[in-house]
Amino acid sequence: MEIIIIDTGMANVGSVSNMIRYLGFQCTVSNDINLIKNADKLILPGVGSFDEGMLALKNSHLLDCLIEEVITNRKPILGICLGMQLMTKGSEEGKIPGLGWFDAETKKFDSTYLGQKRIVPHMGWNSVKASKHLELFDGFENSSKFYFVHSYYVDAYNSSEILCTTEYGEKFVSGLNKDNIFGVQFHPEKSHRYGMNLLKSFIELEC
Amino acid sequence: MLKKRIIPSLLLKGNGLYKTTKFSNPIYLGDAINVAKIFNAKEVDELMLFDIDSSKLNKAPNFSLIKDIASSCFMPLTYGGGIETIENAKKIFKSGIEKIALNTALFKKPRLVKELSDYFGRQSIVASLNVKRDLFGRYIVVNNSLKKCYDGRLPDLLLELTEAGAGEIFINDVDRDGTLKGYDINLAKLVCSNSGLPVSFCGGASSFEDIKEVLFEGGVSGAVAGSLFVFSGPRKAVLISYPSSDDIQKIISSDER
Repeated sequence: MEIIIIDTGMANVGSVSNMIRYLGFQCTVSNDINLIKNADKLILPGVGSFDEGMLALKNSHLLDCLIEEVITNRKPILGICLGMQLMTKGSEEGKIPGLGWFDAETKKFDSTYLGQKRIVPHMGWNSVKASKHLELFDGFENSSKFYFVHSYYVDAYNSSEILCTTEYGEKFVSGLNKDNIFGVQFHPEKSHRYGMNLLKSFIELEC
Repeated sequence: MLKKRIIPSLLLKGNGLYKTTKFSNPIYLGDAINVAKIFNAKEVDELMLFDIDSSKLNKAPNFSLIKDIASSCFMPLTYGGGIETIENAKKIFKSGIEKIALNTALFKKPRLVKELSDYFGRQSIVASLNVKRDLFGRYIVVNNSLKKCYDGRLPDLLLELTEAGAGEIFINDVDRDGTLKGYDINLAKLVCSNSGLPVSFCGGASSFEDIKEVLFEGGVSGAVAGSLFVFSGPRKAVLISYPSSDDIQKIISSDER
């Protein structure tokens, strides 16, 4: 099993590789096109702003390679936080179009909801309700929780692409999935055993 | 719904961990990596690390130690100390830190918050403020040498920092640091009501009751404590602790009040 964590030069790649190695799997942090082509599974982490993220992919000449591997060859990929947002059509945070793999757009949380003040960013531990791929969230008798830190969220236009949802004033989409493409808004690599279970399940998933 | 956070704060000096009282008299607690591993095993919500030498001695962050700590922690980490450039910040994030805290640099390099926020996103930038009372009991913002470093009012500073691109406010109450006197709830309320950002608050915690009070009466998102989680008993014997998941449930379920 060869897992490549795509290095955009600006993400929290250290934490993701730490957890995957702790789980006993091999992984490499890289932006090398050959390694990405030979990988079994890809992870696209993300910290930073939307345009910086898209520019990082463009500047590393990864766009064509990712489209071929993920869309044509259907290689499983997991986007984390900004990594998932980049898979939408675009973001209110930036001007550059996203990858457009999901029928979704990335929007900013309002600082009020139903007249109540809402703190943005949404930062801390929150629970998620799985809509599919329950194995990613299994095993904790509904007590699982994940660490979130984000000011933007994905608005999914096709409900069949919703992987999971979370409440923050209102319900929002905290994970997306279509075929071999997965994305989560929270940080599994920073979510203790709940995150380990999710990463392990993704790695062992047969798509 | 979003859960309130309970956060141990650890002070680095060299490769060791220390705990101060009113920002002085550092007491050695142990090896930083070991202590971080114990907190990881206790599944803490988050850890905050501050290098208390970096800014004072004008040293760059201790990148190798930060990396070693981060590689044994599967929870969010905030690091503060000696970050003055985008390059330093990049290295910190790459080593597995989620959020960086700026304190000295807020006043020394006022444009840095915006630069870092534009590059890394506001959610990863914590504005860390040391607050003290002056002779008249008014809140003032001081640097790590306890000298006043901002002339205006605290609410104005909070607004400035929010507009500059901070994503979280961290308040360190200097007068209560290490005193176990309980949090200053009025200060917590003042900061929360003047900031639309998540607020983490440190200084004085001595019990789970204190934590509950600052979270729900103070209104903060994160209750931060040092002594409470590293000392035991009146003689301050070193003992690393953290509330059990049952205790946390009791603390963070506000409707039980």
